[in-house]
Parts: sequence; structure tokens; C-alpha cells
Amino acid sequence: MSMNVIHEVESISQPQFSEQNPEQKSNKKQKIWTVPFIIAVITVIGLGIVSLFTGVYDIWHKEDGLEMFFITRIPRTIALMLTGAAMAMTGLITHLVTQNKMVEPTTIGTTEWAGLGLVFVYLLIPGPSLVTRMTGAILFSFVGTMIFFFFLRNVKLRSSLIVPIIGIMLGSVISAFSTFMTLFFRMSQTVENWFIGSFAPIQVGRYEYLWVIVIVTIIIFLYANRLTLAGLGEDVATSLGVNYNRLILLANALIAVAVGIVAAVVGNVPFLGLIVPNIVSMIRGDDLRTNLPWTCVMGMGTITFCDILARVVNMPFEMPVSTILGTLGAIVFILILLRQRRSRRLR
Amino acid sequence: MSTLESQLTARGGIDASLRTSRATSAFRSRKDERRYWILLTVFLAVGVLATLGLIFYNNPVPVDSPSFMPVVRRRLVAVVAMLIAALCHSFATVTFQSVTSNRIITPSLLGYESLYSFIQTGILFVFGATALVNFSGIGAFFIQVGLMITLSLILFGWLLSGKYGNLHLMLLIGIIIGTGLNSISGFMRRMLAPSEFDLLQSRLIGSVTNADSEYFPFVIPLVLLTVLCLFFMSNRLNVLSLGRDVATTFGVRYQANIIFILILVAVLMATTTSLLGPLTFFGFLVAMLSYQAAPTYDHRYIFPMAFAIGFSLLTTAYFLLYHVFGSQTVVGVIIELFGGLAFLIVILRKRSL
Amino acid sequence: MINIQNARKWYADEVKIGPLNIEIPKAGITSLIGPNGAGKSTTLLMIGRLLNMDEGQITVAGMDVTTTKSNDLAKILTILRQENHFVTRLTVRQLVGFGRFPYSKGRLTKEDEKIISKYIDFFELTELEHRFLDELSGGQRQRAYVAMVLCQETEYVLLDEPLNNLDIARAVQMMEHLKRAAEEFGRTILVVLHDINFAAKYSDRICAMKHGQIAAFGTVKEIMQPELLSDIFETKIEIIEGPYGPIAVY
Repeated sequence: MSMNVIHEVESISQPQFSEQNPEQKSNKKQKIWTVPFIIAVITVIGLGIVSLFTGVYDIWHKEDGLEMFFITRIPRTIALMLTGAAMAMTGLITHLVTQNKMVEPTTIGTTEWAGLGLVFVYLLIPGPSLVTRMTGAILFSFVGTMIFFFFLRNVKLRSSLIVPIIGIMLGSVISAFSTFMTLFFRMSQTVENWFIGSFAPIQVGRYEYLWVIVIVTIIIFLYANRLTLAGLGEDVATSLGVNYNRLILLANALIAVAVGIVAAVVGNVPFLGLIVPNIVSMIRGDDLRTNLPWTCVMGMGTITFCDILARVVNMPFEMPVSTILGTLGAIVFILILLRQRRSRRLR
Repeated sequence: MSTLESQLTARGGIDASLRTSRATSAFRSRKDERRYWILLTVFLAVGVLATLGLIFYNNPVPVDSPSFMPVVRRRLVAVVAMLIAALCHSFATVTFQSVTSNRIITPSLLGYESLYSFIQTGILFVFGATALVNFSGIGAFFIQVGLMITLSLILFGWLLSGKYGNLHLMLLIGIIIGTGLNSISGFMRRMLAPSEFDLLQSRLIGSVTNADSEYFPFVIPLVLLTVLCLFFMSNRLNVLSLGRDVATTFGVRYQANIIFILILVAVLMATTTSLLGPLTFFGFLVAMLSYQAAPTYDHRYIFPMAFAIGFSLLTTAYFLLYHVFGSQTVVGVIIELFGGLAFLIVILRKRSL
Repeated sequence: MINIQNARKWYADEVKIGPLNIEIPKAGITSLIGPNGAGKSTTLLMIGRLLNMDEGQITVAGMDVTTTKSNDLAKILTILRQENHFVTRLTVRQLVGFGRFPYSKGRLTKEDEKIISKYIDFFELTELEHRFLDELSGGQRQRAYVAMVLCQETEYVLLDEPLNNLDIARAVQMMEHLKRAAEEFGRTILVVLHDINFAAKYSDRICAMKHGQIAAFGTVKEIMQPELLSDIFETKIEIIEGPYGPIAVY
């Protein structure tokens, strides 16, 4: 009886997997390395190279320039790539599981839960290590995302726009909790600062855990088809032989791990998981399997671009990348919403 | 029909607790109605008691000392601030939830608080601490309120009218604008010195002790007027909460009415946020409790109950935390906490949205 | 009567409704039938001014639905959509009472109360009148909604698939009620129906739509023709004579 039934679904907000022609699908399956894709990959590599050489520290003329290059520049660029891929792909998974394109980990409260986890960790353990912080963040993200998915499954929704609204409200509740904790326990400004995602402090020894994201990515690629099926809803997926619950748990774990690590190492990276998958599917349609590499690559490119911007805009001072993402992301999100409303059937 | 009636009365009515006379009332049974009035009285009484307690209890200064009245006066200011907050949040949230046919969202979603934080942080960031402290006074207050209402007008007017008017879309966009502003505010906050940060922090959490009584002569009539306006629109609100189609079928001009009502909500929210700072989940908590205490669709009854609950909640919370636990700054946060908890509970128990 | 002239509506480039030209006379039940996507609901919504048309004009009893004040229209025309979700705690009586809003704006007079009682009794909801809507079965709730729009006492009543989610007994009951309402209260009722046999049994006239156009309009006898219906529904339909009138077999 308790099913996720979406009435009045506006056509754009729901993945139209059913419209996929089986022949088209198998054709696209082989053609991941199309010319546009190769161009995209090259562009991203180019951005990466630009990122390697952007920065205040003069690596060419200073003595330890080369050292710095290896200690900060390379790790930073790698961190960017991994984070971009992670956030973009977790966004995609969230779309699938919730059957709603307007959600992503930062708009369903996952990041806020990660933040709460960090607060708890700081509270319970003096001077926590990176691993401890990460674990706390991951655990809490997992719980938070589960709550949201659980909520979605048990409630009949009449409009797909309600989902992100509820998600965001959930996020504000959790961040109110966090604020309360920080105030009550008189924690310092630094704890609030985790929320400002920035790649500035990335250096060797700090970022290695992001490599776990590679494993997450591989798992996502392997399970891509099954996750797609999960996106069709519990009933359809089960009748197609997919263990829906386990798949949701898996998706949840993947999201929590990715977001948790990013949260602990980098901070809050807003809107990426929303914008990148939406733009990709606006251009290419809704085939997950072939969109995945694109989403990955575009995610990397976007965040690298934003980070370069962050470093350059106010030289020699650095802006945190989350500010740029937050502002640009908000604008792009609104544009996406407005573009869709024109094609809605409305009174 | 008269035979039916006599049949019914002969059988002693359908259900003893339900009404046997064939008249429409806001409540479905006498029992419900009685319960409503009892609860209303109780809440009001609690509110009044807590108010008296706040004003007179534990006054460090003896009654006959010359500084007794000033202390009372200062406390009175806080009480009036609570009254305003209760009025604004209760009416605004109930109205907003009816108009959106959704009992999970609150008008705070429309970004008032983000705008407020943004303005406060921005001033501190750009002009320094002295400027922030000086940014008070009627002028500054009305600038803030004016800015918020203008933003709301733009949002509503642009997104609600015309061929593609969609309430949910407008909400979502309001939220995103809020998030965007939060990003920028967060960034600015990060650049502050710790002392400046603390100065800001106190302003950003809802607190009645922050309220400046200087504004009262302007704010109170404004709020009262708006609230009365909403109250007398109860009948229309009842129909509007049935949804766009049904309301239009009954001859109510949906769009025009909604925009007008949302502007009233904007006025209330902007005022209370500028006066006291943000209180995101207070309204939600109050509304949720009112629907339980007043089991009716009729706003004529929901509004007063909401106000009574809001007022008693606020005054009692302050009284307890101030006098019994000795802490004052945390009240806003604690109320938010409970409101947030209420939100989580409602979300997890909801069946349909 | 309802007069539609050149009404058109575009959804996307491929999807369009119209041009519609039809005159639906007063009194009795007119059914709107047709396959999915024919535009029946859209047409109904346009007549009921819940949807704006892109071109054309619709007048009901001489009043233009786009230019006349909504409140004036509410006294001659009412429409009930398929999906109705009410969040608030409403009893049946309170819901039906809303039907009086165009006249009393929420302040119910004694006269209003009598009228409300009349329609509650008419739909056999008397025992349920103080129950909350979510305490009713689907069929009972549907009756309450229809009672609400009938309580508005408008000459023209538009109903979009009122028989959805009703089992056979309830559906028959509903159509019986509507037929009686049309006769006893002299209303003109326009219903969108999926089941042609219900349409055949209870209507005075049938309007068939297809691909956004009006394919046929006439009496039951004229429309219940095998070639016509087969063409409209794009499937083989035979007509046989049943105990109550023509029956479509498919």
C-alpha cells in the first residue's frame, strides 16, 4: 500500500527510460568513445593542465618550486578531478533512485548530515584524525540519505517539485541541529568552516582518501544497468528480477561514501550533482549507460573550471570553490527550472 | 426530506457525539468544539502566566527601588517582541501552508532569512563592525523589510502570473536564491575575524532580547493590520485551500488572491525576521500543533489557536530557559531544535503530500 | 446552451486540440466520449474556464467564459475534475457546503443549510454527513464531490470522468443520480465518460471526439452506430440491442 506514486508527473522531471528504443540503446552502448566525447576528454585534460599551473606560488623561479608542484598542485588537480566525478555521479544516482531530476546530495540533506557527523566527531574526539572525521561523515550521510529515501517511498507525492523542496527543508533542519550543537558546546568558527568547500588546503597526505572514489566509480559503472532499472520504481524493478532493496542500499552506500569522503577532505560542494547530470541529459537524453562517462567527465571539467576561477578571480587571494559553485550553481539551476516550465503542460 | 429527519431524530440521532441538527458548523461534533475552546483558554492562560512570570519573577531589584520600573520596562519590550513574533509566524505559516495545500513547507523557505543573513553579513564584511552596529534605527529596519518585500513581489509576480504560473516552481526558485545567497554569506563569514564572527552570530539567531523597541510604533500597527486582514479573509482562505480548480469553480479569482495573500505573508515574515532574526521552524511547530488542537478546516478558528500556541510556547520557553536554567541566548536555537524535530516526525509519518 | 466557436489549444507542436465548433443544447445529459488523448478533458476544462484556450470563443448561456467575471460564471457553471485531494479535515457536510460559496461567501444562511441537506440526502450521504472525507470509501467520497458541485445549483454541470474508481454498482448509482438531477433539477450535465455503454444508457446526446477534433455529435441512436464507433475508437465495435437500449460490443 505504501508506494511511491507520483501523480501529475511533469514529463521532463522523470527519466524517460521507457522511451528508449532497444536498437538505439545497443548502438549507443558501443559508441562511448565518439568524437564529441574525445573532444570533451581532451578539454578536461587541458583544464587539468591549466589547473596545474595556476596559483600564486611561483613554481618556476622559486627553489622548491618543483617540490611545491608535487606537494600541492598535482594533488589539488587530482582532488578536483576525483571530487568532480564523485559529486556528479552521486547526483546521477540520486536522480535514479528518487526518480526526480531536481535532487542531489546537497539538496536532500546528505551534506548537512555529513556536517552533523563532523560536528559529533569533533565533539566526541579531541583532535580527530582525517580518517575519524571521514568515518563520522560517512556514517551520518548514510543515515540521512536513508531517511530521505525512506520518506520518499512511503509518501504519495503530487508534484515532482515537492521532492527537492522537502529535501532542502530536511537539510535546513539538520543544519539547524548542527548550529545548535556548535553553539551549545561552544565550538569554534573552524567547525562551521568545514561547510565552505575549498581545495586550498589540499596537499600530499591530505587527499589520498579521495582515491576511494575511483573504486566507487568502478562499482557504479558495473551496476549501471541495474541502477537504471531501480529508477523505474520498485514494482517494475522487482518484476524484472532486481533486488530493489539491496540495490537501494548499495546506491545509498555509494552516495554516502562519496559524499562523506568529499565532505571530510574538501567540504561542501554544492549543486554539482544537480547541474551536470541535468545538462548532460538535456543534450543527450536519458540513457544512463552512455551518459555516465559524460557525467563523469563534465563533472571533472566543471569543478576544475570553477576552481581555476576561484584561484584567479581575486588573486592573490583564493575564493573557496563552494562559493563559486553555490552562486553559479544557483543561477544555472534556476535557468534549468525556467527552461522546463516553458515546456510544461500548464493551465 | 422531513420524513428522513424525523426518522433520524426518532432513532436518537446517528451518533450521540455527532451533531444531530442539520447545520454546518466548523467542527464536526460538540465535543470537538468544546475541546477547542478549552484548549484555547488553556494556551492563552499559560501565555499570560508566563508573561507575568517573565515580567515580575525574580526581579533582582526590589519593588520600591527607582530602578524597578526600568527593569520591568525592558522585560516588557521582550514580551512585546514575543507577541509580535508569535503573531507573525503563526499567521504567516498557517496561511502559507493553506495556500500551498502543503503542511510540510514554511514561508521561511522563500529566502527571507537568507536575505537577512546576507544583508547583515554583507554590511559587516564590506563596511566593518562599527557599521553593522550602527545599522540600526528605523531607516535601516525599513530598508531591510522593504528589500525583502520587493524581492518577494518580484518572485511572486514573475513566477506566479502568466501562462506558466506554478506555485511549487516559485517556491523552489525562492529556496535556490536563498541557497545562493547563503553561499555568498558563508564565504563572507569565513573571512571574518573571530570577534566579528561572534558579533554576527548573535544577530543571526532569533532572539527577542535583540529587539529594538524603537521600531515598535511602526511594526505593531503594521503587523496587527496584516493579521486582521488575513483573519477577515478566512472564508476566502478556506476556499483557496481546496486548490486552484475548486476555488476557481466557486468563482474565486485564484491568482490575484494568492498573490495578495503571499504579499501579506511576505510582510509578516520580513518584519519578524528583521526585528528578531530568523526562526525557521518555529512557525512549522506552531502550525503543526494548531492543526492538532483545532480539528477544523476553518481558518477563523485555526488562526487564534495558532497565535495562542505560538505565544504560550515562546513565553514559556523563555521563562523556563531564562529563569530556571539561567541561559538566554540559546532559546531561539532550542525552539528551532524542537521545530526541526517536529518536522522530522511529521515527515516520517506522512502518508500523502 | 454551451456554444463553442473555433476553440483551439496547442500543447506542443504536434499536439493540438481544435478547431472545435459545437452547440450543446440545454437540459439533459450529454456525454463526451472518445479514445485516450482525444481532447475530451481538455475541452471540458476549457468550457469550465480552468484552462485557457489559445484561440476561439466559448460561451455558456450567453456568457463568454474568458471575459465574464469568475463569480458570475460560478452561478451558472460548475466543473469537477478527476483528481481531487483535500488536505484539510473536512466533513461531508462542510464540503458540500462549499458549493454555496458563490452565493453566500462562506456565511451559510438557513436557506443554504436546507439546500445542502437536500443534496446530501439526494446522494444518500445523510448518515455520513459528519464523517471526515478520509474516513469514507472512494465511492462515497466521489458522491460527496458531486454533491458539492450540484449544491452550487448551476444550470450547467461539467464532470470529468466521475465514474473513475467506482465499481459497477457505484457507477450505476452515480449515473442514476445524475440522470435524476438532470430531470428533477433541470440541469444540463456534460460528462466525460470512458465507457460508451454508460454513455449510451444514460445520455440524451453523445459527442464523440478523436485526435483533438469533434468527430460526431448527435442523439444516442445516431452515435451508437458500428461504423462510426469503430472508426472513432480504431477497433472493431458491434452494436446489438440490449434490454435498455443499444450496447456496444468490442
